[in-house]
Amino acid sequence: MVKENAPGGHDATLRLTLRVWRQRRGQPGAFEEHTLAAVPTSASFLEMMDLLNEQLVRAGKEPFAFDHDCREGICGMCSMTINGMPHGPLPGVTTCQLHMRNFRDGETITVEPWRARAFPVLRDLAVDRSGFDKVIQAGGFISVRTGSAPEANTLPVPKPVADAAMDAAECIGCGACVASCKNGSAMLFVGAKVTHLNLLPQGAPEADRRAVAMVRAMDDAGFGNCTNYGECQAHCPKGITLDVIARLNRDYLGARLRGFFASTGKPRRGGD
Amino acid sequence: MPCAPLTRGLSSVARKALMALTGLVLVGFVLGHMSGNLLFFRGPEALDAYAKWLHDLGPLLWAARVTLLVAVAIHIWVGISLAAENRAARAGGPEVAATRRASLASRAMPHTGVVILGFIAFHLLHFTFRAVNPEVAAAGDAGRVHDMIRLGFADPLVSAFYIVAMALLCLHLSHGVSSMFQTLGLRNERWRGPLDLAAAAYGWVIFLGFASIPLAVLVGIPPFPALAK
Repeated sequence: MVKENAPGGHDATLRLTLRVWRQRRGQPGAFEEHTLAAVPTSASFLEMMDLLNEQLVRAGKEPFAFDHDCREGICGMCSMTINGMPHGPLPGVTTCQLHMRNFRDGETITVEPWRARAFPVLRDLAVDRSGFDKVIQAGGFISVRTGSAPEANTLPVPKPVADAAMDAAECIGCGACVASCKNGSAMLFVGAKVTHLNLLPQGAPEADRRAVAMVRAMDDAGFGNCTNYGECQAHCPKGITLDVIARLNRDYLGARLRGFFASTGKPRRGGD
Repeated sequence: MPCAPLTRGLSSVARKALMALTGLVLVGFVLGHMSGNLLFFRGPEALDAYAKWLHDLGPLLWAARVTLLVAVAIHIWVGISLAAENRAARAGGPEVAATRRASLASRAMPHTGVVILGFIAFHLLHFTFRAVNPEVAAAGDAGRVHDMIRLGFADPLVSAFYIVAMALLCLHLSHGVSSMFQTLGLRNERWRGPLDLAAAAYGWVIFLGFASIPLAVLVGIPPFPALAK
């Protein structure tokens, strides 16, 4: 790993050997090796992949499929495991914001898709992340009457609460937490969503239902269980911390306890 | 989601809470067991009297034994079901393995757990059912617990196994004790460092306390009176 802003300047180029995963849906995959002769150090990792694909197309070969959208580090679409690390060797960045000046001339780079059972490969480096969508559908929302927007100041939100909710809401749902977890667990993602909504007054009325429903959806989607490795936090491009997982555990267990002792609203069966 | 029978229907978070709560019982037990064991250094009278007092508790002792047995059984059962699911959910992982932060202790939890289970089985056969060594059995049956321990640890291989198993228990605790707080939602980034440190310290205390006894027997320090015949 080379430090960000390593010397090299704008016109420096790298010669790279790339081992890139090639796979068709439902079939076994394998690595393909390619060489790029002159990659500008100012290129982003995705631009380097574009150069590789252009080279392949010119040679009449099939380009690699990979997910990307905003290329500004905010959409959460890019998803590559670079030398075993989701989003590559730099902490706190997405693949699109990783620049080639962080690699050495002559280096061999291994590029793989997110690896997790819950994220099956669609093609090459693109995986199906609809497991996250199912978790969001289960509770990643608030229920409100539609109509004209309420006066903003009718719902006071203390500044520290707003800050903590915003920290959790930074999650872009890229899936690097699942890809970095040695258990393929989605707890950082689910924890971020639950923390973000449960902290705020708009989300509080459904807090218990949300925590229980989102954990159930997470389990059903085939994600693993958290064993508190902390790899997710170390790989999260948005710096989400394990605090959201502790919060999820607390909210979930509290919700189950409260549910256990909730009134049914009726007298006991067969009773007086 | 494939789950082992008995835990079917319990969510991942609920099963982890079970791991944490049963772990808490066992964490408390090892400290109590170790403290009692340290009476070894006060000589045969103190330790033999303590053992007699424990046995005379009768129903209370049995309540403790049943609690421990249930806690161990749940801890193992749920642990296996979680570990099997985690393995399947990872789907092999990346071809190039990279680890940024996960500690050796956290990654070795299932492995250290299995060795500790094997150790518990041997330890019970050795000193509780006394089926390993007739000399040990005779001393134990006569209530001479101090002698029993010295005879039991006279074999360097047995002592070495005890010491290695306690080192692995130290590793298991150094992740487990802090993890317990996180799983029950009682940790944050401010407390993670101190809790990790406390967990490691706890593991070391337990290791040094337990391992000191076979080590003392092996090197003969402190010198104890000759074994009663």
